Amino acid sequence: MITRCLRIAAMTDEEVPLAIAEGLSKWYGRQLGCRDVSFCLYEGEVIAVVGESGSGKSTLLRLLCAELAPSAGKVHFRTRDGVTRDLALLGEAERRFLVRTDWGFVHQDATLGLRMAVSAGANVGDRLMASGWRHYGRIRGTAADWLERVEIDRARIDESPQTYSGGMRQRLQIARSLVSQPRLVLMDEPTGGLDVSVQARLLDLIRGLVADLRLSVVIVTHDLAVARLLSHRIMVMKDGQVIESGLTDQVLDDPREPYTQLLVSSILPP
Amino acid sequence: MTVALELREVAKTFIMHLQDGIQLPCIAGVSFTVHAGQCTVLTGPSGTGKSTILKMVFGSYRCDRGQIVVQHGGQRTDVARASPRQILGLRRDTIGYVSQFLRAVPRVPALDVVAEPLVAKGVGREEARELAGHLLGRLNIAPRLWALPPATFSGGEQQRVNIARSFLPDLPILLLDEPTASLDAANAADVIELLAERKRRGTTIVAIVHDPDVRDHIADTVIDVTRFAAAA
Repeated sequence: MITRCLRIAAMTDEEVPLAIAEGLSKWYGRQLGCRDVSFCLYEGEVIAVVGESGSGKSTLLRLLCAELAPSAGKVHFRTRDGVTRDLALLGEAERRFLVRTDWGFVHQDATLGLRMAVSAGANVGDRLMASGWRHYGRIRGTAADWLERVEIDRARIDESPQTYSGGMRQRLQIARSLVSQPRLVLMDEPTGGLDVSVQARLLDLIRGLVADLRLSVVIVTHDLAVARLLSHRIMVMKDGQVIESGLTDQVLDDPREPYTQLLVSSILPP
Repeated sequence: MTVALELREVAKTFIMHLQDGIQLPCIAGVSFTVHAGQCTVLTGPSGTGKSTILKMVFGSYRCDRGQIVVQHGGQRTDVARASPRQILGLRRDTIGYVSQFLRAVPRVPALDVVAEPLVAKGVGREEARELAGHLLGRLNIAPRLWALPPATFSGGEQQRVNIARSFLPDLPILLLDEPTASLDAANAADVIELLAERKRRGTTIVAIVHDPDVRDHIADTVIDVTRFAAAA
C-alpha cells in the first residue's frame, strides 16, 4: 500500500500523501477494534469515516495519531521536513511534539479537548507556546484573533470555557487545535449532541476553515449529511472493517454494499 | 474535430439489496462521441437512464462496464476507472454539472455558493465574488438576494444559482440536467443565450432537455436514449 502510493506519486509527479494507513488492525484482547484498514490521505483532503457505534471508527482515529498501538499494520506520516516516517518508530517526545503542533483533534466531548480550569485565551495559547512562542502579547493577540475567527466575542477571552455554551466550547476547541496550523486534523463526531441550528453554524465554520487552510481531515461521524457536506471521500465501516469506500457523492448516491444501502435509505428527510 | 468526450459500451445495473437483491438493468451498450464545442442533447421518456448517463460521466454514479473517456488538459481520463482524486481534479478543471435541483448548504450566501468553485481553482475570494455577482446579475438574481442562503429561494431562483455556480469556472465540458425546466420563458431565454455564448467559445455540452424549442435551439446532435435500454 505505502509502496504503491509512493510509487504512483513518483511516477505521476504528484504529491506524496500526507498520511498513509497500511493494513491497520487493532484487537482489544479477543475483541476486534478494526481490521486491515488501508488508505492514503493527501493534503487538503477530507475523508469521512461513517458507520454505526462500535464499528471501529474511533479506534481507527486513535490508531492514526498513535494514541493506540496497532496490533498489526502501520501509519506513516510526512513530517514538515518532507520525510515520510513510520509512527511506531517515533520517540515519545517526537510524537508528543506532533500531537501539540502538527496534529489537531476535535472531540465530540469538548471537555476532553479543552482545559476547563483555565481561560479561553490560555486554551488557545497553549499550542502556540508548545510551538515555541514566548511573547505574551503576541500569543494573546493571536488567541483573540482566533476567537473571532470561530465567532467567539474577543471580550470573553479571559473567561473559563465552563461559562461557554456547548456550541461555543466546540468552536473554542477548534480554535485551540487549529491555532498551531496543524496539517492533519482528526475529528470525532464534532457536531454530535448539539442543537441543529448550532450544528449548522459549526459545520459551516469547519467547512470554511478546512478550505481556507487546506487542512487534511479525517472525520468520524454517523451523520451522512455531515459527511456529504464536509468530505471528499467516504469510508464505510462495519464490524471493524471498511466495507465500501470512494468519492463521497458516489458512495451516497450510488451505494453498492447492502449495509451502505441500508444506511443511505435510513435517512429521514426533514 | 477533437473528441471531448467518448462513451464506449457503457452499462449500468442497479442492485437493490434491501429489496431481496433485485437487479434493475438500466442501460447497456451506451456508445457515443461528443466533439469539442458541440452540443449533444439526450432525449427519451423519464426513467430511460438519461440522468444516469450524465451522473456516470460526472462520476457520481459508478460505471459497471465500458469506458467514459474525457479529454483533460491534453490527457485522456477514463472516468469509469479513475481514482477519486482524479475525478475531483476533473470536476475542478474540466467537467461542470448542473443538477436538476440545487443542494443548498445551510448558512452559505448565494454569492459564495456561486463563487466557491472559482475559489477552489485558486481565484481570490473577492475577485470570485465579483465575477459571481456579475453572472447572477445576468441571470436576473437581484443583488438584494446575494447575501442570503438560497435554501429559501423559489425553485427558479435556486436553479439559476445552480447554473451560475456551474458556469462560473468556465469549464470545457458542461453536463446539464434539465437546466431550464423550472424557469419561465424570459429566464429560460437568458440561459439559452448563455449556453450559446459558451458554445461559441468552444465549450462542449451534453444536456437533457425536454422542451422541443430549447432542444432545437441548442442541439447539434440528438440522441434517443431508449435505444440503450437494457434487457430486463
